[in-house]
Amino acid sequence: MSKITVTINGKAYLTEPDKTILQVATENKIYIPTLCFLEGIKAQGSCRICTCMVNGKMMTACTTPVNDGMEVVTNTEELEKLRSKIVELLFAEGNHFCPSCERSGNCELQALAYRYKIMVPEFDYIYPARDVDAIHPKLIIDHNRCILCKRCIRRKKEPENPTWFVFENRGNKVKINFDKEHTADMDDEMAQKAMDTCPVGAIIHKEKGYDVPIGRRKYDKNPIGSDIEGKE
Amino acid sequence: MSKPIVATTSLAGCFGCHMSFLDIDERILDLIELVEFNKSPIDDIKTFTKKCDIGIIEGGCCNSENVHVLQEFRKNCKTLVVIGECAIMGGLPALRNNVAPISECLEEAYLNCVSVQANDEKIIPNDDELPMILDKVYPCHEVVKIDYFIPGCAPRADLIWNALVALVTGNEMELPYEVIKYD
Repeated sequence: MSKITVTINGKAYLTEPDKTILQVATENKIYIPTLCFLEGIKAQGSCRICTCMVNGKMMTACTTPVNDGMEVVTNTEELEKLRSKIVELLFAEGNHFCPSCERSGNCELQALAYRYKIMVPEFDYIYPARDVDAIHPKLIIDHNRCILCKRCIRRKKEPENPTWFVFENRGNKVKINFDKEHTADMDDEMAQKAMDTCPVGAIIHKEKGYDVPIGRRKYDKNPIGSDIEGKE
Repeated sequence: MSKPIVATTSLAGCFGCHMSFLDIDERILDLIELVEFNKSPIDDIKTFTKKCDIGIIEGGCCNSENVHVLQEFRKNCKTLVVIGECAIMGGLPALRNNVAPISECLEEAYLNCVSVQANDEKIIPNDDELPMILDKVYPCHEVVKIDYFIPGCAPRADLIWNALVALVTGNEMELPYEVIKYD
């Protein structure tokens, strides 16, 4: 396959054309923050955290394919501020009570807030009225924490990997719900898998939690993305 | 040169942030050298006796008394620092914000809850002496202007110490990744 050259942050990289900016950056140890993107599921570019300057325009790195001579900038002050404000908006929009959340310390939204050293969101909290759905034998859906990234819904639809969650309602009433048929006979392993697709604490595996002590959780010592940047 | 004067208070909080403050251990001896305390639970001074330089606030505003104390702090302190998640986003007291109107919360607490006993006269406390409960719990910065925010539940003692020393000495604050936590 013919190789193409992509410039990221002023440095040229040789790569293949059927990749996205995010893939090329990650392979070359450049961290672009993501939230609605998960390895192995189709990218949709809805959270806009991975926004980069591509040939002078703002584009999402997870959905934009690379082409020859493309110039990408991932880390200007403007972009970092944009990302940090998106995180602040998400915190103001939902009910994110970190001290009482099972995912605290392993939460990607929280980890991004730590990375950007957000002390307080600039925006007023909305405190929306939302429910907790605990009717399923293995899972809890806490709508207070859901950021509607659709990661749980976008999982690859294969016979051995069926859809477990669906969107219901429209507009600002939209929320995730169980696919009752496919989640009826869920075991613990599947429940854990469902929980792991969620970037925040909206999908919680029942009868389990707080099992890693403070100080040893995923984002306690190292910021999100430090594994990609290679500076552990 | 006179020492900077510090006041602290706990509004709708659990005093955990004050506990964390005391976790600075032997550095408390340095602290006494560095600052003078005024209104604070630490020295039990109940009302402001002079203007202060730094006011440290734990907890959000859940009733009229919290709002009054917070406004007093704003009037009497040059710089206000809020510490902890309750002061920043309402914290656990704010769990009631999205659940039900305050009337339902009070009815649940005093009348309908299964553990309610010996309230045959169906009384919900409503004395003039009691502070009035607000419709929801407000973060401090939605009530008065706040200058600095220290997150955590409770904030790590090192973070509070670094912030205070930075404020008193006028130096830039050290913010290592490990100390900024929301839990």
